[in-house]
Amino acid sequence: MLKNIDLKVREGELVFVIGPSGSGKSTMLRCCNRLEEPTSGAIMIEGARITDIPRRDLDRMRLKVGMVFQGFHLYPHMSVLKNVMLAQVRALKRPKPEAEARALDMLDQVGLRHKAEAMPAELSGGQQQRVAIARALALDPRVMLFDEPTSALDPELVGSVLKVMKDLRRKGMTMLVVSHEMDFAREAADRVVFMDGGVVVEEGPPEQIFGAPKSERLRAFLSRVSHPAEAE
Amino acid sequence: MDTFIYTFFNLDIMAQALPLLLKGAVTTLQLCAVVIVAGLAGGLALALAALSRNAALHWSAVVFIDLFRALPPLVLLVFVYSGLPFAGLRLTPFMAVVIAFFLNNSAYFAEVFRAGINAVPKGQTEAARATGLSPAQTMGFVVLPQAVRNVLPDLLSNTVEVVKLTSVVSLSELLYSANMARSVTYNASPLVLAAGMYLIVLWPLVRVISRYQRGLAVT
Repeated sequence: MLKNIDLKVREGELVFVIGPSGSGKSTMLRCCNRLEEPTSGAIMIEGARITDIPRRDLDRMRLKVGMVFQGFHLYPHMSVLKNVMLAQVRALKRPKPEAEARALDMLDQVGLRHKAEAMPAELSGGQQQRVAIARALALDPRVMLFDEPTSALDPELVGSVLKVMKDLRRKGMTMLVVSHEMDFAREAADRVVFMDGGVVVEEGPPEQIFGAPKSERLRAFLSRVSHPAEAE
Repeated sequence: MDTFIYTFFNLDIMAQALPLLLKGAVTTLQLCAVVIVAGLAGGLALALAALSRNAALHWSAVVFIDLFRALPPLVLLVFVYSGLPFAGLRLTPFMAVVIAFFLNNSAYFAEVFRAGINAVPKGQTEAARATGLSPAQTMGFVVLPQAVRNVLPDLLSNTVEVVKLTSVVSLSELLYSANMARSVTYNASPLVLAAGMYLIVLWPLVRVISRYQRGLAVT
């Protein structure tokens, strides 16, 4: 499915991955915390080859790699606060009071401290996604992976999630983002990677990718997403 | 009409039979408690085994579940109580009933748990694993609580079935005691009383189940 991917993300960088659906963007992202197993090749995070980690040690690696999903996947049977505390207490072995303080802190960061006692079903999609981001951040990850974080949201709720991601970037978080938010990519990304058919076709700073695309495939893709009606 | 009331709703005879029936009811409750608790625990273990990636574990659980779901519980009971002594294993009637019904019941509970676990979206597991929770923690804290909620009405239905099933075992439980009282008094009222006692226990449960199911249909 993926071929010859050679991608480096530097510390503190926000790298955007764009491309048509089925191009392997999400698969590549999911390989970075081994939710998907690459059949060959290597992925390294801070010098450690995560592709060589035995299955039983995966959990510790995943603490360092936060992930946000298109479908939020909050635990529906727990309050927002418990959602953000669970892995802190059970996986990171943080004492409960400390985990709670940290959870409230993270919820504050995404503007949802006042919803700590709410159940996920009582929140809007945008709020749920911000809780999911807080849940990942509470574990102090070194990298954050975003898999189409705004694709399931109503248009008016997208902004609140993008704002949280912008804040994160300002704080120096290293981020790899698969998304169709081209305006956001133009504005916030350090680098944009265009994938199609399982390979990286083109990569570069946003000005170059959007302003002066070199490959025919990228030009075709960009005109399709900027004029979606014609593509139908 | 008088004869009908005399035969089926004879209060004097019911009062006479009551102490015996209450003793029977206690046995019924003890039996149910053991079979249900053991069945739930065994069913959960079987369901987890059936969902395991380990082929040996998976297949032994699947065979166990299929086998004991297909065998009628009475056949199992007769085999355990009257068949096993030929192999030198003689059990008390109570133990025989517990073992036979445990085998049957854990298989049923296993199917219910398995359906509940399978109904939890895969994204829940992925999200939990992505935050560094182990497979066991993911099952225990994230998947199982949601699974149990999904199948609560089925778990309760199965529990009602167990209580009803225990009436056929001819241990000195509720129905057996009532039948004994009937043969001593030459009057059917003890049977009606026993039926009433079953109703008192089971009717509320059945109500809860159908209310719960209607609630699910609404949401």
